[in-house]
Amino acid sequence: MADNAEFTTEAMQYAQSLYSTALRMTRNQSDAEDLVQETYLKAFRSYGSFETGTNLKAWLFRILTNTFINTYRAKQRRPQESDLGSVEDLFLYKRLPSLAGLSESAEEQLLDLFPAAEVREAIENLPETFLLPMLLNDVEGFSYKEVAEILDIPIGTVMSRLHRGRKTMQEALYDYASQRHLITEKDKADG
Amino acid sequence: MADCNETLKELDRFLDNELASEAISDLSVHLEGCVDCQQTFQFHAELRNIVKLSAKQEPLPQSLITRIEQCFGTDLNEDSENA
Repeated sequence: MADNAEFTTEAMQYAQSLYSTALRMTRNQSDAEDLVQETYLKAFRSYGSFETGTNLKAWLFRILTNTFINTYRAKQRRPQESDLGSVEDLFLYKRLPSLAGLSESAEEQLLDLFPAAEVREAIENLPETFLLPMLLNDVEGFSYKEVAEILDIPIGTVMSRLHRGRKTMQEALYDYASQRHLITEKDKADG
Repeated sequence: MADCNETLKELDRFLDNELASEAISDLSVHLEGCVDCQQTFQFHAELRNIVKLSAKQEPLPQSLITRIEQCFGTDLNEDSENA
């Protein structure tokens, strides 16, 4: 069992990450605050079962995720996985041949094409089954194994959801950029 | 040595740092000699960066800090209040 004060201090280190993730899950500040408070309440109540030396961040994110799924999911208006068609592999890469030359400024070009706000939106509009693995892996840096434990799903499922989530995100990013006419027929034809 | 198809199949695990070192060196040998795969991998590495860069660490509202403190029964702002 962890020491109380030490546990509190360590657990607080992750408050900002938990809150940032909660905001993206709920897309609502008041729900995000409730969700994080509830997470800490549950963590504090069950910290006796937390073993020092195990992954505290993953443990807290597991509580956050379960609480979100059990309490806040119903309020979400996200598409279902089944609403989506399949997106081909390497979706963006195949459509942006002019960026594939990989000059040193490739990253800057990508940043220009896909501003942060649109990337966030593309991810937050994903079905929850894609959103959660992406927030945990791509944003928070949890390994496949950790994501599998947090979401209580097999590693193979984590991999396929990440793969499909990323492809779906690419399709949305492409649509946003096309709507702003940042992707022209020339870009598409260059390949 | 891995061919293009085998290499592309491992793109996700490679970029997510989920491959064992043996598999990494096998892929690296192929990547060194194959511009197409190199470009594909690099493009997706950049794309992952874009996703990371887009994520914001949102500042914690004071109201939330207070609510968490109440859960813990600890005054977490002790230091700043004394300052």
